[in-house]
Amino acid sequence: MSCVGIVLVSHSAELAEGLKKLLNQVQPHVPIAAAGGGNEGEIGTSIEKITAAIESVRSEKGVAVFFDLGSALINAEMAIEGLKDPVPVRIADAPLVEGAYVAVVEAGCGSSLDTVLQKAQRAKAMEKL
Amino acid sequence: MITLKQMETWMIETHRILQEKKDYLTQLDQAIGDGDHGINLVRGFKEVVGNLSAQSSPDIGTLLRNVAMTLLSKVGGASGPLYGTAFLKMSTALKEKVEASPEEFARALAEAADGIQMRGKAQVGDKTMLDVWKPVADLAVKQGSRLSWKDLLECSRQHMETTRDRAAKKGRAAYLGERAVGHLDPGAVSTCYLFEALVKTLTREEATG
Repeated sequence: MSCVGIVLVSHSAELAEGLKKLLNQVQPHVPIAAAGGGNEGEIGTSIEKITAAIESVRSEKGVAVFFDLGSALINAEMAIEGLKDPVPVRIADAPLVEGAYVAVVEAGCGSSLDTVLQKAQRAKAMEKL
Repeated sequence: MITLKQMETWMIETHRILQEKKDYLTQLDQAIGDGDHGINLVRGFKEVVGNLSAQSSPDIGTLLRNVAMTLLSKVGGASGPLYGTAFLKMSTALKEKVEASPEEFARALAEAADGIQMRGKAQVGDKTMLDVWKPVADLAVKQGSRLSWKDLLECSRQHMETTRDRAAKKGRAAYLGERAVGHLDPGAVSTCYLFEALVKTLTREEATG
């Protein structure tokens, strides 16, 4: 069974890597890639890193991309537009941690990209208290 | 006519001004953003200038395309992809040109402004670099062959100032809401430097023949 791949884009390399570790515990068989920080490891995001992350988790089911703040979105969009061999890739309108968590659970059940995104986007309205 | 050599000098001049104003841009960005605007841009344009001597471009389109690719990969934050998009759009508009007329250059600026608007999903008045790009491009297109670099610079400075009294709708400053009022937008300021460098380059060369 193939799973939707998950990409975590953050301005911080540590944040993206840390979240990846956390999510790997949830569903170890779901492919997850972190794309954190700029090209020189500085705070920021990088089109090259995001492209590489998408390529590393691509599957026939597609890839869901989660991001933290504004410019991560711009770079994620440019990375997706620049993909040589287009796969279904969508950006989730969801909070990075909760959204990606829900997405990994859903992807682990073999759900489609649409379902994974739908569930993840519901995390926006999740009450935490 | 605007020459390939002038476009190169524009980049060198931009780097010089940004280097000079790096701390000021950092201060502006610390007030309402994440504080890295000056550092990021100087790093990007330093690389741009370094590449100028490493690889010579046969035409303006190629030159601006190289500038765009360097900014896209070297400048983190939103300013990298936004300036990168602007230069990419200009490079397409000036493809294979060894020199450009003011009208051609004005059209390139208009393409760049539209590119920034599309990429950043911002509107004029959102307190972003678009607040300078758009009116400057509009003025250039309107003046066409009678393009006055002095007017362009004046327009750029004036619109940079308008970002001071606005609340931010885009970028990191949007999280501050009304608290961003009273601060200039760093992207609008750096855009103004880009145009200052342009005008300085073009008027200097004109004056000396």
